[in-house]
Amino acid sequence: MNTAFARALLDPWATVRGLRTWNGSDPSVRLDVYRNNVVSSLVEALADTFPVVRAVVGDAPFRALAAGHVRAHPPRSPVLAHYGSGFATWLVDAEGLAAQPWLPDLARLEFARVQAFHAAEAQALGADTLTPWLARPDALPGLVLHLHPSVQVLASAWAVVSLWAAHQGPGPTTSPPMHEAEAALVMRAGDDAVVVPVASATARWVARLCRGLPLGLAVTEAIDPVEAGDTLDLGASLGLLLRLGALTGATATTGDPDT
Amino acid sequence: MRDAATASPSVGLGLKSAHTREALARGAVVDFFEVHAENFMVDGGPALRQLDQVRARWPLSLHGVGLSLGGEAPLDVAHLDRLKRLIERFEPAWFSEHLAWSSHGGRWLNDLLPLPYTADTLARVCRHVDEAQSHLGRRLLLENPSTYVQFETSTMDEAFFLCEVVRRTGCGLLLDVNNAYVSAVNHGGDARAFIEALPSAAIGEIHLAGFAEDVDAAGDRLLIDSHGAPVAEAVWALYAHALNLLGPRPTLIERDHDVPLLSVLEAEAQQARAAMQGASP
Repeated sequence: MNTAFARALLDPWATVRGLRTWNGSDPSVRLDVYRNNVVSSLVEALADTFPVVRAVVGDAPFRALAAGHVRAHPPRSPVLAHYGSGFATWLVDAEGLAAQPWLPDLARLEFARVQAFHAAEAQALGADTLTPWLARPDALPGLVLHLHPSVQVLASAWAVVSLWAAHQGPGPTTSPPMHEAEAALVMRAGDDAVVVPVASATARWVARLCRGLPLGLAVTEAIDPVEAGDTLDLGASLGLLLRLGALTGATATTGDPDT
Repeated sequence: MRDAATASPSVGLGLKSAHTREALARGAVVDFFEVHAENFMVDGGPALRQLDQVRARWPLSLHGVGLSLGGEAPLDVAHLDRLKRLIERFEPAWFSEHLAWSSHGGRWLNDLLPLPYTADTLARVCRHVDEAQSHLGRRLLLENPSTYVQFETSTMDEAFFLCEVVRRTGCGLLLDVNNAYVSAVNHGGDARAFIEALPSAAIGEIHLAGFAEDVDAAGDRLLIDSHGAPVAEAVWALYAHALNLLGPRPTLIERDHDVPLLSVLEAEAQQARAAMQGASP
């Protein structure tokens, strides 16, 4: 029973046998109430998660895109805070969006914000916590920095960070030139999920710290050998993490400064 | 565990994120707040922190929409564990769920879907209610649904089905008066008779909400449980009838769409309080 019913909710052409109405009316009209509830409530969930994608493509096209995604990839969990992880990929393959190839990265940025908003709590390190390590340059490369659970980075070949920022706050928006690679660090600060523009090398470095790489290896890997002139400003990047409260701990892999 | 028949009138509101700051800042005029459990199944962040603050001042009702008690699949143990963590953290006065299913084949359908009322589905719902109550270590209030279709295979009516679940599992009931009205109109039934047939001592909470009007293929009224409008006059009248049968029960105003100012919802809650004070059980 439930199998046919569940299929019909996501497939407008499927029928369900065995339904009854008190007045003998066609039950398919009533089944449509459920169909509409399922798809429209999940489209609404995606609209909540991707407000800037919606603003950029327009409400009706967004709802059509979202409904397609909902039917093809319904959630696996009742916890909708995490629904939409596949929406960026859906936009890659969606028809009619070829003129806006940056939309998937914009969706990734918005999804990262929602995940940051709901990530676990963790106490940030004080600015002076790293001082004993800075006095031991030989131990620094082996240091593993622990980042706040909400920290994510996004690097794009397009100016999606500027595009996102242009849609914050009231008033009309002007679209930035999109042919500019940009990167951002996304995390929760206080009650807000913040989007902080960063250099692409900084984004690559933070991404490696997120994976648990020690500081030295993260620096080496963050510098792109192909991109001429690409350098990592380690002091500024470390200062940014401290200032944002993005560091929550540090562990030595090659000697402790206190020993 | 609070006695099902709480004597003094108690009214609550569904907590909307748009209202949380105002409710905390000026102290909303309600006796409790209700939240959808699934909205708080996250690791951290401001939503949970604000709910801690709300809980420090008001009792909470935890209202689940994700257990799929009427589903064919076994209950999702990970979901039960998430509920248990919320119950441990927020110590809600009530925990409620729905006579419905919402997931199938690993897909979450995000709606309260109808089930046939048969011996088989009764056994399955009772098994799931038993499992939920024993996993969570507390009594569950089961809510009657708004439904839009019925099933040829059904062999009992909804009131009888609910009575049997209560009798076999010891769970309580959440009487949604709007759902009772919506389902009665949608299936040509009698909402008063439905409420009269329920085991009154088991009813631990009442929900009131607004519906939307539509018509079916025959042109007859088809009411949609929209939670997007004030409580209708017909539902207030049915509520008064229920109160005369039951006496005061903790009563919640539900509003999930077109959410008005907090003060507007507070006024609706006070209307429910006045109805309880005027009722003569």
